Amino acid sequence: MPFTRRRFIQAAGVASLGASLPARAQAGPIRLGLMTVKTGPLASGGIDMERALQQYLQEHNNTMAGRKVELFVADGGGTPAQTRTKIQELVERDKINIMIGPLDTASALAADDYIRQAQLLTLSVAAAEDMTQRKPNPWFTRGTSTSSQSAMPLADYAAKTLKYKRMVVIADDIAYGHEMCAGFMRVLEDNGGKVIQRLFPPIAVPDYGTYLAQLKTDVDGIFLGFAGSNGFRFVRQMNEYGLLKKVPPIGGMTALDEAVLRNMGDEALGIITSCWYSAEIDNPINKKFVEGFRKQWKYDPGFYAAATYVEAAVLDQTLQKIGGKIEDKQAFMKAVRSGKFDTCRGPVQFDQYGNVVGNVYIRKVARKEGRLVNTVIYTYPNVSQFWHYKPEEFLKNPVYSRDFPPAKNLEQ
Amino acid sequence: MQYWAIQTLNSLALGGLLFLLAAGFSLIFGLMRIANLTHGALFMLGAYLGVSVMRQIPNLWLAALAAGIAVAIFGGLLERLILRKIGGNVLGQVLVTLGVSFIIADACLLTWGGDPIPIQTPPSLQMPVRMFGFVFPAYRLAVVVIAVIVAVVLYLLMDRTRIGAMIRAGVDDPQMASAVGIPVSRLFTMVFCLGAALAGAGGVIGGPIMSAYPGLDADMLPLALIVVILGGVGSLLGAFVGAFITGFVYTFGVALLPDLAYVILFLPMILVIAFRPRGLFGKFAA
Repeated sequence: MPFTRRRFIQAAGVASLGASLPARAQAGPIRLGLMTVKTGPLASGGIDMERALQQYLQEHNNTMAGRKVELFVADGGGTPAQTRTKIQELVERDKINIMIGPLDTASALAADDYIRQAQLLTLSVAAAEDMTQRKPNPWFTRGTSTSSQSAMPLADYAAKTLKYKRMVVIADDIAYGHEMCAGFMRVLEDNGGKVIQRLFPPIAVPDYGTYLAQLKTDVDGIFLGFAGSNGFRFVRQMNEYGLLKKVPPIGGMTALDEAVLRNMGDEALGIITSCWYSAEIDNPINKKFVEGFRKQWKYDPGFYAAATYVEAAVLDQTLQKIGGKIEDKQAFMKAVRSGKFDTCRGPVQFDQYGNVVGNVYIRKVARKEGRLVNTVIYTYPNVSQFWHYKPEEFLKNPVYSRDFPPAKNLEQ
Repeated sequence: MQYWAIQTLNSLALGGLLFLLAAGFSLIFGLMRIANLTHGALFMLGAYLGVSVMRQIPNLWLAALAAGIAVAIFGGLLERLILRKIGGNVLGQVLVTLGVSFIIADACLLTWGGDPIPIQTPPSLQMPVRMFGFVFPAYRLAVVVIAVIVAVVLYLLMDRTRIGAMIRAGVDDPQMASAVGIPVSRLFTMVFCLGAALAGAGGVIGGPIMSAYPGLDADMLPLALIVVILGGVGSLLGAFVGAFITGFVYTFGVALLPDLAYVILFLPMILVIAFRPRGLFGKFAA
């Protein structure tokens, strides 16, 4: 083929196009927003979220798929109204490409319509069931767990391994507590167990004494569906009333998080909980994460720290798959929801509703090198938000709540 | 039978804790006519200071004393340096106290972190007491005893001393009190310190039951308001009776009507506001 001027220009044009197009698309940094909580009662978890995310970025030289990552952190104070305003700020002022957060369920629900409207890519931590079930948001992906996703395997473990037949359930009187208890009760009762008492103390209850006095003690165990500091306070008060030996507690994913464990004493020893994470999980990614976190902050990462570390890994690996082009939102969501990711909690993938499918760990509090840790004693692999139920049938039921499934075996 | 006995003791324990919380609130409210919305934050500050003291000297009573003194000084400064400047502007003062409570809350978060911190029960009171075939935490009984002792001391202070007489005069009629030569201004600072000290020490004494955690302030403040509105502003007896009524209503209400857990605390308050606006023992309406 003779080399003509026209051909030369064509070739040069193609070459320069090829060189310049991706360069232009990827010129700016990826603007990552973290919607967290740094003031008020939820701040402990919120600060951990920021610390772990910072650690991930540092370990990766602030780069994902060859593009610089710029982090914008906003504090929603744990209140839905403020969180919504801050998300709007992140989107409209800071022009973020993607958001990790928000932390709490109420804030996530409050932001739901804005996320849809702004088509904001969201990797969330909040556990509200219906955001990935009956009212799935196409821009919302959750790498942690729904409220009941960790509670249902625990019920299975309680029924089959611990052989618990009669149980009490107690949880904070908020949607998260209701959803967890409902999932736990359903699986326990489907496996031949019975929930004979159910208590929902208000989240800011001054004292659990009156609930402890009502507690039925002719049972095999009690399920604790608490969040924040309430699990810690309840266990301490059970101990005060001499109930800890009589009614063994088992807990949901936030009942005895690493964050409260470090301030507890021997009363916590031996308590079994379930969660999608434990600082003790034995895989190379987690080992590196925990080691780095401990070195810098002198304590073990827990639920919230691991949450952003997982989401960052999901983000990073998705970007690598789509060549860093986060601007193509459709392609990004498709890649997230069809991908498989290696994270500190183990391998994860996502279902068509945007919720994670991953391991759930049964953990037992033990003392190691002087501190209390959640040792992993059993692993339920690839747990979906629907547990062993068929998604279509699961979704035909109302969302888990105080009233569904109905408690049939309560005793007076 | 056993159940009722435990619930009765629970009511007493909660009442005792509420009295420690509300006594100072009531005194300040009565004398200065301002609802001191930092009270919950001072309670929390006391609890956290107690945590720090106990890390050095593991003695709860010493920690309570130290926290009480520290919080009293803080309260005195708050009154002298800020509230005094806007004297006469009651609404402004209330807003300032609310603002200061936010500042305290975030300063605590900054200093002690966001995780709940337990306060150890004194070793001698750690074992549950066994009586009539049931067990009850010894420390809770101790809280009732402490509340009664504090009540008696405060009663003697208010009823039998010159300062007490001046405070009572100030509560009844501040203008007349200053007209007859009572140094109302100094009295204000003193009462503010006393109220703050009670809150601070109360935070430590409540610690083994409540722990210190962010949000403790917001959990406690409404309880103080309820007790004082029920018992009557500025009345020590009112705070005492109000605290125990609230303790009983809450404990038995929650046990018998669990679905009403949220309103049960406010029911007696609503009744009192409707039928006796100045509270059971108050001199004027809140």
